[in-house]
Amino acid sequence: MARATRRIGRKRRYSMMLKRAAQMIFYKRHREPGVKGWELRRRLGSDYPKVLRLLDEYLGNLGLTIKTVFEEDGSAPENPTIDQLDKAKFYVTLREELSLGDMKLVGWRIDDLAGLAVSLAYIISKGGKAPRKDLEGLLRTKLPGWRVDMNLNRYLRLGYLIEDENEQLYLGWRARVEVDQKKLIELLLEQET
Amino acid sequence: MSNKTRRRLAQEELRRIIEFCRSVENKGLNPFLVNVEDLISVIREYFPGLKNPEDLSLDAEALNQVASIIKMQSEWVKRRATSLYRDPFLIEEKLRSLPTRDLAEVFLKTWHPTVELEQITIGSLKTAMKYWESLAPLSERWREEELIKVKAGMTTREELIKQGILRDETFLSEIEKLWRELKEAVGAEGKTDYWDFVGAESYRETLRRAYLTSFLVTYGYATLEIQPLEEKIFLKPNETPVSKTDAQPFSFPIPVNYERWRQWREQREE
Repeated sequence: MARATRRIGRKRRYSMMLKRAAQMIFYKRHREPGVKGWELRRRLGSDYPKVLRLLDEYLGNLGLTIKTVFEEDGSAPENPTIDQLDKAKFYVTLREELSLGDMKLVGWRIDDLAGLAVSLAYIISKGGKAPRKDLEGLLRTKLPGWRVDMNLNRYLRLGYLIEDENEQLYLGWRARVEVDQKKLIELLLEQET
Repeated sequence: MSNKTRRRLAQEELRRIIEFCRSVENKGLNPFLVNVEDLISVIREYFPGLKNPEDLSLDAEALNQVASIIKMQSEWVKRRATSLYRDPFLIEEKLRSLPTRDLAEVFLKTWHPTVELEQITIGSLKTAMKYWESLAPLSERWREEELIKVKAGMTTREELIKQGILRDETFLSEIEKLWRELKEAVGAEGKTDYWDFVGAESYRETLRRAYLTSFLVTYGYATLEIQPLEEKIFLKPNETPVSKTDAQPFSFPIPVNYERWRQWREQREE
């Protein structure tokens, strides 16, 4: 009897923590979305990785997933330590691939999306950094000049790109969260022209 | 060759090295195109003749740029060794030749947009409305403070206490009484649970003790120890009141609501 009561108590506790974790991870509380591991630890306690695993399972039914972005280059270590998880940032992203038909749902025109693909792939191919002028030149081969400038500014504003004072472009936080860089390059090279 | 000509030549060579290294770095060119040994030998050749601080700083800057190229070479090798590396010219060629539709389709297969929500709640609307109501108009907030000429006069002790210039003796003695009580309440650990200390038989008395305890901490008679993960708060009495003028003050709100008090009482009775 006592064991059953304890089990119900634990279940209720986890259900509450799931709700709290979902609120923290979905709602944008800072300038950028997502939540840091240490913020989750403070609100949910030290077993927050378990709560996130449960939430990820639940979100899987809705076609969503929890994406973990680790510090430095963002790639996942094999067995992340609790310290690495505390410093990592967690986001909710779409689990499945999108199709061309879904594009309107996320509010992008085909030209803008292709421009973003070109920008990211070009920067990745150059080792993570490329002069803005060179990228503009590449985009101008297929897009009108005014659109190139507008698009690049949009990618910068949304966090896909970062620009430094020497007009060098880098990948921004959103590119690291949302885009599978390795797959992008592989698929591009597989394409027949 | 005269010293003047040699100096001018050294300056020109050093500037050329700096510009060359910078352009390789900014254009993201292959750093192995730079013959580091050649550059070092040029710098070494001119160094003994440099006496002027301006020339020496030019020499240091050139050396710094060469060091950046060596760093770039190391990163270049590392990047080439990763699985992500593909020939940039091949990728650029693909990007130029693929139709827009294909590019978008490829991208959609690798893109998982972030889901984020921004929503106002009734609670935050209520707080915002309250704030708006209490917010003074700009004309008042931006008005320059005018000095009011007041005639010198007498004031009372009560008035000074009301204004917070003097402390109330009765209040202070109550705090000191509570401080002594806290010293007696702590065990060998030198601390006691916050709720065990402020909690009393009635909710009203609990509130009074919590209020006085907040002053115990503010005036340096005691210290709060917070354990956020265990959600526990402890009180530690200080031997003598500690002045906190050097430390950055901060507020730590502790809700003392009726529910929490009842919970504490039930736990204690168990």
